[in-house]
Amino acid sequence: MGRVNRGWKGLKKSTKTDFATYLGVIAAFVLVNALRGGGMLSSSLTGQLVPICCYIVMALSLNLTVGVLGELSLGHAGFMSVGAFSGIIAAMSLQRAIPFAPVRLAVAMAVGAVFAALAGVVVGVPVLRLRGDYLAIVTLAFGQIIKDLLTCLLVGYDSDGLHMAFNLSGTLTINDLGLKEGGIAIIKGAQGATGTVTIASFAAGFVLIMIALAVILNLVHSRSGRAIMALRDNQIAAESVGINVTKYKMMAFVTSAALAGAAGALYGLNYGNLLASKFDFNTSILVLVFVVLGGLGNMWGSIIAATVLYILPELLREVRDYRMLVYAIVLILVMLATNNAAIKGFFARIFRREKGGAVQ
Amino acid sequence: MSSQPKRPATKLVPVPSTNRIPERDADKAPILECRHLGIDFGGLTAVNEFDMAIGRTEIAGLIGPNGAGKTTVFNLLTKVYQPTRGTILLDGKDTHGMNTAQVNKAGIARTFQNIRLFDNLSVEDNVKLGLHNHIRYGMFSGIFRLPSYWKEEKIAHERAMELLSIFDMQGMAAAKAGSLPYGAQRRLEIVRALGTNPSLLLLDEPAAGMNPSETAELMENIVRIRDTFQIAILLIEHDMSLVMGICEGICVLNFGEIIAKGTPEDIQNDPEVIRAYLGSKSEEG
Repeated sequence: MGRVNRGWKGLKKSTKTDFATYLGVIAAFVLVNALRGGGMLSSSLTGQLVPICCYIVMALSLNLTVGVLGELSLGHAGFMSVGAFSGIIAAMSLQRAIPFAPVRLAVAMAVGAVFAALAGVVVGVPVLRLRGDYLAIVTLAFGQIIKDLLTCLLVGYDSDGLHMAFNLSGTLTINDLGLKEGGIAIIKGAQGATGTVTIASFAAGFVLIMIALAVILNLVHSRSGRAIMALRDNQIAAESVGINVTKYKMMAFVTSAALAGAAGALYGLNYGNLLASKFDFNTSILVLVFVVLGGLGNMWGSIIAATVLYILPELLREVRDYRMLVYAIVLILVMLATNNAAIKGFFARIFRREKGGAVQ
Repeated sequence: MSSQPKRPATKLVPVPSTNRIPERDADKAPILECRHLGIDFGGLTAVNEFDMAIGRTEIAGLIGPNGAGKTTVFNLLTKVYQPTRGTILLDGKDTHGMNTAQVNKAGIARTFQNIRLFDNLSVEDNVKLGLHNHIRYGMFSGIFRLPSYWKEEKIAHERAMELLSIFDMQGMAAAKAGSLPYGAQRRLEIVRALGTNPSLLLLDEPAAGMNPSETAELMENIVRIRDTFQIAILLIEHDMSLVMGICEGICVLNFGEIIAKGTPEDIQNDPEVIRAYLGSKSEEG
């Protein structure tokens, strides 16, 4: 692995894979934009573009926790909802301050990321000190709790600023916020976020995917990322070489939560109406399925799995009655294919010459 | 370096805590001192009254029959277990209240009896993880690829290759650690431990599973590592040719208690040790 060799073959295998992943995402973006420009995409598919981007980022970020850190999280949708609702609040209240929508969207995604990261810290601090599967249990509970809390949330905005109330008793309505003339109700408790100005765009989704990819891949191939993967491979050995376990678990988990928050903000700003119940246990599991089928720790795998498995139910609308049946069969086939020795051997033969490093 | 390492002509001299270290280290305080160290698991006393001192550049051996508590001593020294009793002084400083990572930063590195590598990472990355606390850039420099990332990673790469060259393993740098043959995995563990820049290296059965010629090579390398890095090495080993060949001070454990301490000659002639290994006449009968 000489530094002298600057050509394609001189690069590390992981660098090549990363490069191919970036290129693939850019190519897909250009292709889809060209198809859309030529009017070759159905309107239903066009409507799915932003959610697909959001779910790709969700899968990438969950892969950081599950595939790279090796901890199971069952409440990733919880971080998405925190990001979605804080992003919506930010975007709606900044409407006058930042009239230019793309900048407002970027700010909203940043706000979503920050709040989701804070939620990640709150969940992570007590749990990541423990050994074992506690994170799965606690994130599962977190997903449920955050959904119920958001269902009680009332938020409005007027010339005095933000008004917020927690409708824990169930008797408050949006009118109790006492909004002035010209004020807007942003989140109406159980009715969710209503009247959101949809500023999400496919281009923003593409940029978010690229940012998420860059953050995750650069992190993984840095000193911190090595420490995170060391914890996954052998925690006792990692401690024995002086790695601070809690610090690096928190680093991976909070980064993962922040990216999920940004994806949530984009998702939230794509719909005029959004219910907190959208981000339930099923959504968390759906993202986990993307990650597991795409391959643990395999980022391009997550992107493809998220895209295919998100579009599939939409494409299967034609055969409405058998939709979930076909979906299940496809899942099983993919699992069989990815674990099939013959198919793996086939790809191994193709890529054999790519493999570096002599091993006796 | 000759093909067989010469047995060091060592004289052990007493240090304040009534333990003994090699004469050449006597003018400096011992790197490690254990006083009345002990641990109970429930009602079972696994290690008791463990007293030991190791000189700055000593190669010391810890031997004993299976289940004597040797690995437990390693786990106590590295704080995988917290001792129930006693003190561990590393370079004169009490390690009480430290965790495994902090003990490593303070200067103890170890290998494991059942190899614990980062199997899915490359050989080079395994060594770089040993260097972890000596690579100076943070998460953000890593994510944004700031100049400090490139500079430090370059240094880390060179240092990792240098360390791998101890065992002539540079050619395997890109291979996955889990795919290495058994002997190479044991050697990689030693390299990784050396990367943390320890003052005391603990080797848990370094020659396990090796043939006599590999063991002879390993003996040479252990002595060479001690000479190059000027560190103390404490090793657990069942291969008596290795222990008697390179250890200067030996400590024999049986049922968690020290039954003999001294130079290899002392140990070989100690009736208590012979009884522990071979059983007493009355037990035989």
